[in-house]
Amino acid sequence: MNAYLERIYNGIIKENPTFVSMLGMCPTLAVTTSLINGAGMGLTTTVVLIMSNLMISLLRKIIPDRVRVPAFIVVVASFVTIVQFILEAYLPSLNDSLGIYIPLIVVNCIILGRAESYASKNPVGLSACDGIGMGLGFTIALSILGAFREILGAGSIAGIVIYGEGSVLGGIFESGTPISIMILAPGAFFVLAMLVAIQNKVRLRQGKQRMEVKCCGNCGACGGCNDEALKAEVAKKEEE
Amino acid sequence: MSELLHVSSNPHVREENTTSNIMFDVLLALMPAAVFGVWHFGWHAALLIAVTMFTCVLTEYIYEKAMHRTVTIKDMSAALTGLLLALNLPPELPVWMAVLGGVFAILVVKQLFGGLGQNFMNPALGARCFLLISFTQAMTTFTHVDAITGATPLATLKAGGEVDVMNMFVGNIGGTIGETSAVALILGALYLLAKQIIDWRIPTFYIGTFAVFILIQQFAIGNGLNLEFLAAQICGGGLLLGAFFMATDYVTSPITPKGKIIFGVALGILTALFRLYGGSAEGVSYAIIICNLVVPLIEKVTLPKAFGR
Repeated sequence: MNAYLERIYNGIIKENPTFVSMLGMCPTLAVTTSLINGAGMGLTTTVVLIMSNLMISLLRKIIPDRVRVPAFIVVVASFVTIVQFILEAYLPSLNDSLGIYIPLIVVNCIILGRAESYASKNPVGLSACDGIGMGLGFTIALSILGAFREILGAGSIAGIVIYGEGSVLGGIFESGTPISIMILAPGAFFVLAMLVAIQNKVRLRQGKQRMEVKCCGNCGACGGCNDEALKAEVAKKEEE
Repeated sequence: MSELLHVSSNPHVREENTTSNIMFDVLLALMPAAVFGVWHFGWHAALLIAVTMFTCVLTEYIYEKAMHRTVTIKDMSAALTGLLLALNLPPELPVWMAVLGGVFAILVVKQLFGGLGQNFMNPALGARCFLLISFTQAMTTFTHVDAITGATPLATLKAGGEVDVMNMFVGNIGGTIGETSAVALILGALYLLAKQIIDWRIPTFYIGTFAVFILIQQFAIGNGLNLEFLAAQICGGGLLLGAFFMATDYVTSPITPKGKIIFGVALGILTALFRLYGGSAEGVSYAIIICNLVVPLIEKVTLPKAFGR
């Protein structure tokens, strides 16, 4: 049982995909305009991650090594399609606000990264827990980011206006003006940078290891998160 | 020979110019525009200038103390950033927004990138654009001297209205605190040019390209040789303030003479495009920060050949 809990702890704290591994930056920066959007994106990704980790772990002895990445993508894409249909049917407003970023979960480097480096090498139960941990870590990170951006940029939290026009608190809170750049693209970078800086500082103070971006150091040849060479490098580092 | 030869290592040619001297001269050159702004818009403008300068200096002091770096507030670059930012704000802006702008300019644009000499774009303009995107309403509400809120001459021109060029030259118009008076700005600019603190190339090619672009555009749409429109475009908005005081910032402009020309031309074209075809009536600040970003590339292609190679 301990090993399973360790996977979950590892995903949420020790190797948090957003704040520590810096994976999946595209949805992290693009959809976290509010708490609901951040949490929605995180939970959607979590579901896909758990299911794909489960499935890939089950199939790990059948999938030939040479075609493993296309096989992973087919598995992930199937689950993304299912999840998108469910969202369209039951949460159409969330589906609209996440838009193109739901289909793009297929190429999310957290999911492929976990499939490549963990699920394809480990038993089913552990892989599922790894998916839960990583998914929750991603969800928590996106929710924090979304909450900060929503409070600063729109003056509200989860859609409830705290300050600015139409504040639920009334009185002096009505007069505030949100800093609307925070819910635009630059705000995503500001808030993410500040949060990573703060948690880095905390980690350093605790004497833990410094945040290390998983990267091969060869930036000239890097194709970003979806680069195969980078992923192989990431996998190698995680094995060590 | 009784006199000993003085032997020292290079550099052998020295200048009296220090960072704080130069910053002080620029501050001095901005005084006419600042004084005119305060006289024209009243005490709230003075308050904004004081608050922004103080915020910038204080932010720099606190950050450098907290990070255990050498405190550089005495070189007056932070004070200059504060003054430039204040001159770029509308006179009725709430004070807390000005404070936020000052903190953003120094903390995010300047110090996080390594302090003086390392910033990748002009801190004052970075902060102005930050405020402009965040508080579009407050940042584009301009109050006239008679407390009537109205369009700036540029907005009137964009809407196809008529403006009085003489008023624009003197500064009897709405706008940000420091940009209204062309006379005051030119006075300061002449002082800087005479003391050779700024290079003539950037402002000349900036305003020159801008003027040529405007004339061609006016000719193309069938207005003939529209000198009045050109004069209004040059005196209106932040063109003079930007061209003389902000595009010439040492850190964020190219160092090579050819590069300065390319920089000026790019600025002129971008500003004219933004003003004539963009959504907003003003485009100087966006043009300058965009060109700031390409300065390293400009310097790379205009690098002069080393002697003897």
